[in-house]
Amino acid sequence: MISIKNVQASIEDKEILRGIDLEVNTGEVHAIMGPNGSGKSTLASILAGREDYEITSGSVEYFGEDLLKFDPEERAQKGIFLAFQYPVEIPGVSTTNFMKTAINKIRESRGEKALDAVNFLNLMKEKMKLVDIDQSLLSRSLNEGFSGGEKKRNEIFQMAMLEPKLAILDETDSGLDIDALKIVANGVNKLKSKNNATIVVTHYQRLLDYIAPDFVHVLYKGKIVKSGDKNLALELEEKGYDWIKEEVALV
Amino acid sequence: MSIEEQILEEFTSKEYEHGWSVDFEADETPLGINEDIIRFISAKKEEPEWLLRWRLEAFRLWQKMEEPKWANVSYPMIDFQAIKYYSAPKQEKKPNSLDEVDPELLKTFERLGISLQEQKRLTGVAIDAVIDSVSVATTFKDKLSELGIIFCSFSEAVQEHPELVRKYIGSVVPSNDNYYAALNSAVFSDGSFCYIPKGVRCPMELSTYFRINAANTGQFERTLIIADEGSYVSYLEGCTAPMRDENQLHAAVVEIYAAKNAEVKYSTVQNWYPGDKNGKGGIYNFVTKRGICVGDYAKISWTQVETGSAVTWKYPSCILKGDHSVGEFYSVAVTNNHQQADTGTKMLHIGKNTRSRIVSKGISAGKSQNSYRGQVEVMKRAENARNFSQCDSLLMGSLCGAHTFPYIDIKNKTAQVEHEATTSKVGEDQIFYCQQRGIDEENAVALIVNGFAKEVMNKLPMEFAVEAQKLLALTLEGSVG
Ligand SMILES: Nc1ncnc2c1ncn2[C@@H]1O[C@H](COP(=O)(O)OP(=O)(O)O)[C@@H](O)[C@H]1O
Ligand SMILES: [Mg+2]
Repeated sequence: MISIKNVQASIEDKEILRGIDLEVNTGEVHAIMGPNGSGKSTLASILAGREDYEITSGSVEYFGEDLLKFDPEERAQKGIFLAFQYPVEIPGVSTTNFMKTAINKIRESRGEKALDAVNFLNLMKEKMKLVDIDQSLLSRSLNEGFSGGEKKRNEIFQMAMLEPKLAILDETDSGLDIDALKIVANGVNKLKSKNNATIVVTHYQRLLDYIAPDFVHVLYKGKIVKSGDKNLALELEEKGYDWIKEEVALV
Repeated sequence: MSIEEQILEEFTSKEYEHGWSVDFEADETPLGINEDIIRFISAKKEEPEWLLRWRLEAFRLWQKMEEPKWANVSYPMIDFQAIKYYSAPKQEKKPNSLDEVDPELLKTFERLGISLQEQKRLTGVAIDAVIDSVSVATTFKDKLSELGIIFCSFSEAVQEHPELVRKYIGSVVPSNDNYYAALNSAVFSDGSFCYIPKGVRCPMELSTYFRINAANTGQFERTLIIADEGSYVSYLEGCTAPMRDENQLHAAVVEIYAAKNAEVKYSTVQNWYPGDKNGKGGIYNFVTKRGICVGDYAKISWTQVETGSAVTWKYPSCILKGDHSVGEFYSVAVTNNHQQADTGTKMLHIGKNTRSRIVSKGISAGKSQNSYRGQVEVMKRAENARNFSQCDSLLMGSLCGAHTFPYIDIKNKTAQVEHEATTSKVGEDQIFYCQQRGIDEENAVALIVNGFAKEVMNKLPMEFAVEAQKLLALTLEGSVG
């Protein structure tokens, strides 16, 4: 589905990603772990098309196309979804209205007709159940005055609504209590299919108790320094990141 | 160059949609103003002697007055002798019904998106349409007159209801009120007149469309709304003008009179031609709008969406004379390119327990300047007066300006006056967030801006709200920052 080859990126001449290689196929769940500041969010942003970063070398192929040449909205329309680490507030725009605009723009890009009110409402209801989110939250201004947990749950709700092919969850677990964590994980699991894939970016092992990853990668100082299966996550949980740092230092 | 600046550079101003003009045979005065011109206008309209005298008196006052310079706008001196003060599309005779109206005129309205025929049949909105200086057609008149409601052109009111016109004209905005009001009083050509009798709730929105068509022509319309005791009316006003290189002057006067327990809602969607993206052309919009709550428990509510004009100078105000009377002002003012807007309101609390509420949302883009100017005055006698003001500014890019000038003058200790102001920018983060959900930049901006203005947009009647939303998006097209 997506093939990331030797991606290097910098911002204001500061090198952040120093050669990322990653291959994700449909039906897979990948976890990317690593200490703060190692470049996880940067990688997620680059895939979503944020323009602040300069990509100095490498390539990203997505369903056989060069992903990097597309605008952010085109990538979204092609099925890439990013659950933001820090979701943005948009005063006066409800989640409902936001989603209606988003869905219809995406449909338009695919040459489909806009959803009528009834179908849209039914879709909303179905997805609300999935992530156990309240109507009243969806009527409020997007993310304005939301608690940390509400913001994250709202991101997953949006993901459910848009049914992406590749979902990237950037620290969706941080700031969640255990119940909220379960709900979010449950949502992600239910949306999982053999036709889509998920990249879960996380700092802790915790979320991976509920979302079983097929692969775990450790990102450190802008490089994937270790990959493995879910046991790697357990090992990290047990030993922390220091042994990885030492290993890297030795190389 | 930052992304913001780049996007600003790319600025592709959407061409002004209503920018075309039609060649009617016009019946018009030569350029310039003097007493003869005023006599000509008055004679043309077969006005009674008292009205001619009223006009001439206003003209004499105007000649002694000076153009106000305190607003935060700048424009070249206006040559008042280079303006045509009267231009009427020529018609063989006065139309009795829509079917007799010049089909060219009707086509004009259809291109404006308001087919009177359509409006008549479908929407239940009664319309009075004013092109250049003359009121062209008023729909629904019969249905309204059954309720005793008078809704007609100002000229017609002068003929049919001279006693009402004479009693109320200038009673809220006296002709010596300010420079432009005086000029309007001298040369006003037409406009709308509305009277709602005691206890009547007007069952439909009353609507006026103004359009400037002829070149070098000033438009000076006058609107007078009288709401008798316990009555209610919601009134809509929309405007457009063709694209022209030279600036055109629009100096209107609106007077609202609300008796005891009466309520008047006045909504405006102003879309006069703003000039091109280099600041060439556009309408100078110098308007005096004022309402008076004469009786107890009267209420006047102004809602405006200001997207057009090169220069806007406009402060719809309320005089809260009756005890417990209420004044409201909800405004969205958008400026782009080189537009300048200095707009706001004045709430004058005279009666006891009077309340006023001001919500102003200014949106600036391009190199435009957007100023809110508000005055809240509480007089000695106004026990327990209350005011709440909220002024929010939204900036797009770094080349525009937003300014707030709130004046507060309180002469009664029991008054409670609150003022809140915020300034924010449309953030790259917000736009990226929208894009990540599949919404392109233009639509993202429209969404964010409409969200920002929502509190005011919600006050508009439904059929206007949709149009206003589109206008906001259109005005800001390409101006992301
Ligand atoms: N906009 C930016 N400007 C400057 N430095 C940045 C910016 N974004 C990220 N960085 C830097 O890049 C590095 C990686 O950040 P980030 O991708 O957010 O890491 P992570 O998500 O793994 O915690 C950090 O050192 C951070 O300070
Ligand atoms: Mg991060």
